[in-house]
Amino acid sequence: MSGGGGSGGGGLRLAWLRWSARRPGVRAWSLMAPGTGWLLVFFLIPLGFMLAYSFMKKGVYGGVEPGFTLEHYLRFFDPLYLTILLRTVVYALGCTFFSLVMGYPVAYVISRSGAWKNLLMFLVILPFWTSFLVRTFAMIFLMRDTGLINTALIAMHLVQEPIEMLNTPFAVMTGLVYGFLPFMILPIYSSLEKLDPSLLEAAEVLGARPFARFTKVVLPLSMPGVVAGSLLVFIPALGSFLTSDLLGGAKEMMVGNLVQNQFIAARNWPFGSAASFVVMGVVLLAVFGFLKSRDDSAPGGL
Amino acid sequence: MAGKLPKWLIATAAAVYFFLHAPLMVLVLFSFNNSKFSAGWEGFTVQWYQRLLERRDILDSLWVSVEVGVVSTIVSTLLGTLLALGLARHRFSGRTFLESLLYVPIVTPEIVCGISLLIFFTAASKWAGSGNELLASAGLPALLPVLAPGLLTIIIAHVAFNISFVVVVVRSRLEGMDRNLEEAAMILGADEFTAFWKVTVPQLWPGILSGALLAFTMSFDDFVITSLVTGPGSSTLPIVVYTMVRKNVEPSINAISTIILVVTAVLIYASDRLSQDKPLTPT
Repeated sequence: MSGGGGSGGGGLRLAWLRWSARRPGVRAWSLMAPGTGWLLVFFLIPLGFMLAYSFMKKGVYGGVEPGFTLEHYLRFFDPLYLTILLRTVVYALGCTFFSLVMGYPVAYVISRSGAWKNLLMFLVILPFWTSFLVRTFAMIFLMRDTGLINTALIAMHLVQEPIEMLNTPFAVMTGLVYGFLPFMILPIYSSLEKLDPSLLEAAEVLGARPFARFTKVVLPLSMPGVVAGSLLVFIPALGSFLTSDLLGGAKEMMVGNLVQNQFIAARNWPFGSAASFVVMGVVLLAVFGFLKSRDDSAPGGL
Repeated sequence: MAGKLPKWLIATAAAVYFFLHAPLMVLVLFSFNNSKFSAGWEGFTVQWYQRLLERRDILDSLWVSVEVGVVSTIVSTLLGTLLALGLARHRFSGRTFLESLLYVPIVTPEIVCGISLLIFFTAASKWAGSGNELLASAGLPALLPVLAPGLLTIIIAHVAFNISFVVVVVRSRLEGMDRNLEEAAMILGADEFTAFWKVTVPQLWPGILSGALLAFTMSFDDFVITSLVTGPGSSTLPIVVYTMVRKNVEPSINAISTIILVVTAVLIYASDRLSQDKPLTPT
């Protein structure tokens, strides 16, 4: 065995293999320690810093002063901030709803598209990974006063003045759905893909009409995909910053913009941290709800 | 099979595909439009691309983006692959904790991640600064690293949000692979390292490359986190594009967007191909 190694490192190599063979944990962690360390130091600990900041007092020139206070969380009961919070949740839920209504048919069509499947999937994956900034700019390009939609409408004499679309709830909602729709399609597709076609044949033989076959067989079996997709759309929509920043303006501020504003302009770091943690709290609630619904449904499934 | 789908369903799906792709196609088309205000079509031109070449800030930021992308991709692919190997091939205690830790970057909104890193880097550099003063007063050299916002902080942040995605991609490839091949190699006399390099790595390679391409794409595209941890003089391409989008309506934005789109499409296509290349499986 060591003859195969031959090199100077062979002995050391063999010694390490022998020593670690009886300690599987040591071997695993020696592979995983660098990555785990990076995530601990540069992801989890910073989140801990943010949590700590959200309870401290505001410093004079930004930053914080030591101390403990709940004032930054209580500030959320101010109607100004409650409105922003409520608007954010409504936008995120609305985006999830529209993505589901638009994404489900697409996922269904892809799952039965036979030879076209690879191409259709690629056409969903491509925008999924395309620069979010560029995609948001595409929305501006279409919607602004001198944009393509208004230019076309005026050229066709359908309107005299350009319709104001940017900085409206319509623009933000369209931008959010445009941005996150692929996140809905992919998980629904993968649960429809696993669906056994013979179940549908059985339902048909037993006399179920197309509508009943869908509501009684397809939809319940694709629920895991629907729930996962909804979560994957809801989370980034809730924390979105660019969409409301570029398409919504000051009137359509979401929590993400409030957070950024507190750090860059208002220099109230603890309040910004608290706002950030409110977002994180809603996200964690959604994730736990998702995990619980999955665990509850798992034993009862097929 | 395709024939059995109702027409209205196909029409709905086609409309959604149109919604997903038409805006980008229009964007690309108008990057060749010979009109400053891009209202209607006024003839073909490449002048907006030529304009880009005259802008130092764009070329500089492109270079910064490539630097950040390459370094953060190499580091996150290496760390992520090692994590995937440990997770897929070994028994160890602390699995639940690690699995949860890997989900944190996937569920954390970008703005939250960026802000927490901004706080962390600010606090860490302040502490390192006062620590170094303390060391200096004791006659010692400044040993503590001060993380000034810039290239280094951007790279650290990009690695942090990329690792988990690399793990997901590499791990799914590992789980589709046949362990018997490694065992066969070891029965035939290879030690574990040799079996790993000669059998596991060649089979895992497409998964590693696919993960790396996705990591590069995410790094190359990121705006929100980068804008929060960057410092003066290190603007990536998305930061410059964001400023352009905020400031003016010049069709140069269409041109730079088109370039970004083409680069991403090529990378994603390559990654997609690689992940469809199936590993050897037991028959």
